[in-house]
This record gives sequence, C-alpha cells and structure tokens, in this order.
Amino acid sequence: MRRILLVGNPNVGKSSLFSRLTGTHIIASNYPGTTVGFTKGYLKLGEEQAELIDVPGNYTLEPSSKAEEVAVELLKEGDLVINVVDATNLERNLNLTLQLLERQTPAIVALNMWDDTRHRGINIDIAKLEELLGVPVVPTVGVTGQGVTELVRHLPEAKAPENPRTYSNSDERWARVGKIVSQVQSLSHRHHRWYESLEDVSSHRIGGIVVALLVLFATFWFVRFVGEGIIGYVAEPLFEGLWTPLLMKLSLALGAGGFWHNVLIGNLIGGEIDYFQSFGLLSAGLYIPLAAVLPYIISFYLALGILEDAGYLPRLAVLMDTIMHRLGLHGYAIIPTILGFGCNVPAVMATRILETRKQRFIAATLISIGVPCAALQAMIIGLVGQQGVGYVAMVYGSLFISWVIIGLILNRAVKGFNPELLVEIPPYRLPSWRVIGEKLWLRVSGFVKEALPIVLGTVLVVNILYTLGVFNAIADITAPVLTGLWGLPKETITALVVGFLRKDVAMGMLAPLALTAKQLVISSTVLAMFFPCIATFVILARELGARDVLKAVGIMITAALIMGSLQNLVL
Amino acid sequence: MTTYQNEQLTLAEMRTGQTGSVVGVLGGRGLIQRLDALGIRQGKKVTKVSSALFRGPVMLRVNSSQVAVGFGMARKIVIEVDKHIL
Repeated sequence: MRRILLVGNPNVGKSSLFSRLTGTHIIASNYPGTTVGFTKGYLKLGEEQAELIDVPGNYTLEPSSKAEEVAVELLKEGDLVINVVDATNLERNLNLTLQLLERQTPAIVALNMWDDTRHRGINIDIAKLEELLGVPVVPTVGVTGQGVTELVRHLPEAKAPENPRTYSNSDERWARVGKIVSQVQSLSHRHHRWYESLEDVSSHRIGGIVVALLVLFATFWFVRFVGEGIIGYVAEPLFEGLWTPLLMKLSLALGAGGFWHNVLIGNLIGGEIDYFQSFGLLSAGLYIPLAAVLPYIISFYLALGILEDAGYLPRLAVLMDTIMHRLGLHGYAIIPTILGFGCNVPAVMATRILETRKQRFIAATLISIGVPCAALQAMIIGLVGQQGVGYVAMVYGSLFISWVIIGLILNRAVKGFNPELLVEIPPYRLPSWRVIGEKLWLRVSGFVKEALPIVLGTVLVVNILYTLGVFNAIADITAPVLTGLWGLPKETITALVVGFLRKDVAMGMLAPLALTAKQLVISSTVLAMFFPCIATFVILARELGARDVLKAVGIMITAALIMGSLQNLVL
Repeated sequence: MTTYQNEQLTLAEMRTGQTGSVVGVLGGRGLIQRLDALGIRQGKKVTKVSSALFRGPVMLRVNSSQVAVGFGMARKIVIEVDKHIL
C-alpha cells in the first residue's frame, strides 16, 4: 500500500486536512505542536487504497524536539508527500518545501488557509508557483474542506521536480525562497478583522495579564455553569425520573438484598437508591461516569476547544514563561498542563513538544501530581463541594502548592538543560463551530468508549473483592499510614487502591464512608497525588522509560505522604 | 529632510514598536539554526511587538508571523535599528 505523508510547518492545518481527506476525525487546534505522535488514516486514490499519515509539524528537517524527530523519521518511509503550506506565510513555509523537494520524494503542495489570504491582502500566482517549484500546487481550506477534492484529484500528478536544485547551506536556500516569493506574491491593502486588535492587547505586557485573568475567570465560570447546567437540567432528571423507578423494580425483584443485588444495585440508603452511595453496576456504576463526570467532560472540552482554536494558548505560554522557568520548564509547558485538566493521558503525550528530557520529566511528573483530570475534578466538586466551596478550594490549593514546590525542587535536582521559549504565536482565528463540535464529539465519545467499560469493570471487581473480604485485609496492613499520618479511617484504603484504576470511581467510594469535611479534603488530595491512574501510568512508562517512571512514582508517593500529613496537622 | 542614523541594539534592548534588521546572532550553531528556521536571520526586518515583565519573552514580528523569543535569546540577537531623525 502506498504511504502518503502530510508534512508542513507547525500549525498550518495538517490535522484539519487529514480529517477532510480521510473522513477520520482527529484533534486539530490553533497552536504549534497539536500533533505529537503520528496519526494514520486511509484514503481512496482511484481504485487503490492509500495510507495517509499526519506528521507532526516541523520547520526544518533538522529536528529540535522529540515531535520533530518523529517527523523526520517518518519522512524516510513516505512514497508521496503532501506539503501543507500556510498561504499567509509563504516565505517561511517554502523553506521547508525546498528542503522536501531536495529529497526527491514525489510531492504536491497544498496551499492551505487560502481563504485567509484575501483579507490579509495577499495575492499568490499559483501557476507561477507551480512552475518555479516544479510540483503541482492546489489551494485548500482545511477547515471548510474547500479545495480538498481538487487536491485528491491532483494527487496522482505529484512528482519530484524534474531539475532538482540542492542548496549547500541555509542562506542559499533562503535566497531562493526570497526569489520565488517575490515572483509569485503581491501584497495589497489588508483589512483588519475586529479580533486582530485583540492580538495587540494580549501581546501588551500589562494588557496580556488582564486578558489572561479574564480568560481564566470566564473559562472557569463557563465550565461550571455548563457542567452544572447539564447535571441539573438533563442528567439528574433523566436518572431520577426514568432510571430510578426501573432500578427500584429490579431491586424488588432481587429481594432487596443478596449478592446480585449488591453487584447490580448496591446498598439501599433508607430504602432508596442513592447514586453516590449505592455502589452497584447499574447505580453508581452508570451514574458516576454518565451523570456526574460526563457533563463536566463536555463543558471542559467545549471551553478548551474554543481556547485552542482561537489561538489563545501560545499567548498564555508567553505570559507564564518566567514562572515556569522557576519550575525547570518554559512557558510552552502550560499547554500540556492545561490538557491535563481534561485527561492526563494526552497531557503526558503532549509533553513531547518540549525540547529536553529534563523538561519532559518535570512536566509529566508535575501533571501527574498536581493536575487532576476532569473526571476526578467533577467528583471532587460533586462530593467535597457538598461540604462547602472552601473545602474544594483547599484541595485545589494543596495541589497547586505541591505543584509549585515539587517543581522548584525538581528544577534543582534533575540534571539537564531547560532551554528558553522559542515559539511562533499564531494569529487569533474565529473558531469554526462545526470544527469545535466535531472535536468535542471526538473527545466526549472517546471518554464514553474508553472510560465507561473501565468504570463498570472497576465497580464489578470492587464488589466482588468486598464480598470476599480482601479489602479488610489490606485495610489492616495500611492502617498505620492512613490513620496515623492522614487521620483517615482505615477503610479509605479501598478508595486509594481503586484510584489506580479510575479516580472518579475511587472518589465515589469515599461517599459511603461518612467522612468529615477535613477527611474528605485529605483523602481527595491524596487520591489526586499519590499515584497516576493506570492509563496515565502506561503512557508515563512509555514516554519516560522504566527508570524515570519509577522515579516519578516515588516522587508522587512521597509528595502525597507529606501533603496528606501536613493537611492532617494544619486543617 | 530625513536622514537615517543607524544604531545597533540587541532585541532585548530595543523599544517596543521599533523596527530594524537582524545583524547577527551571538550564539551557537543550534540557536542560529532554530532562529533561522523561524525566519529570524541576518538581514531580515523585524519589529519588536512587546516584552513581558520580569525579563520574560520578547515578541517580535517577522514577515507575517509573530514569534516569542526567550529573554536570554533576545539578548543574543543584534538588530540595526531604523531611526528617523529630522
């Protein structure tokens, strides 16, 4: 099967085009480094099926980060290259184009973001560009799909230039780029879009801070408002009105007790089903993922999608740079960190956009310790929030303090280099609602498909282990730490053990323990910090290697021991 | 009559809004290459867009794109500033 590669500078729309070409939706955003691994899809090329690979963006074929190394490795195995070029930034993009053409792989150029050239007053002579490059050039708009059919139609015409040029150094290549640009591009009056003046405000040293505070506040408010709205107006009415009556009938049929009643429904609280305390497959097992967590997954990823596509995140990276340097990172590490508030798995993978091993180790460790995922957060808000907002703030405050202190320590302790920030800041773009919707659907359905089976499996295993009395044995062994250091009842260990599988389920298991507000704060903080969930652990091991993942886990356990004990003393 | 008097500054020293051309990068091959890839290279016109507080990154415009450069790097990029004197 022929292998086609989508190659281009970061943030030129490769992932959007990939979705369009293959019909497989993948995450695309408006910041450099969205794609860090490679994504494979298929497309029909006449009668033939071809493999299409979305290659992480790179500026040159001399890699400077792990994501760029992936790109250069992939190039060796491509039969055909679709070089995606940002039409609004021809000069910089063509530098990579010339490097690709030097390699003699058949190529075609997709002149993407074609719609943006008009209001920027950029005119490009496509026929002339084709002639100068010696390969076909097709204008496209990845976000709307414009030009994609033409691109596919012209794919068979992709070729290596007939009289290939090689350049002995970068200056020579840039000179050629300059010559091409001067012949194909003419500039006319540009029309400012209203949101472009926002760029000036958010680039300003004070204005940028004001904008950041407004954005963070608005995001937080939006996530809560939408999340609680879905819970209050959709999820709870559905469960209470439709599902509870059915379950009560089942409960009666099962004789209101016994093994199967325990597994399917759990204990009744005062003769009623309490979705936080009745720990059965069909009660909490469905309620936790679908009614407590899913609404927050939807609201968080909706907000994140808008921020990503508008192009805000790189600006936040610039703003956070000085602070992040204290933690052994640079500003761009804020992007994986923010992804972590959704799910730690893609967040740890996204640490590949950082240049050095030291940065990746620190970023991944800090995310696993101090950044609770949306599922865990939803349960913290739902459960600890019942005791008062102040207690929720204590959990977040403790996590934030741990994040900072561990970062400060690791910056000194971890050997290696923390280079400075060097990143392109994309223009603000008005997000396309269709793209945002598709991305949201991708992430939400991903959650349901991946999390729901694990949640149900976990609830089942927990119920069986309860029946077998296994947890009691563990509880007795760990009682000194739990009761002695953290002031928690020894039964809390069941939740911590389950936290290795799913942290939202683990939080759910705290509900029936009748903990005090202080104990709830301690147990949820410890649960967030002490160990990554299994999915994150696997990715950590893959990204960091066996030795470093052990170190990271050691740091997590130590940090949780200390933080839990401190909370027990201070609160 | 307008005459131009040119002055060499590092990107870090430049004032926000000033434009000039890159004279050179006082750094190793790696840094020169990374900047080169982003279009920041000798002879190129750049405009300083902003600088963050506490020696944070400097933002500059080169061609039609904006690039954020760490403060340390900004001190290694030498610019010949265009200066209008009446």
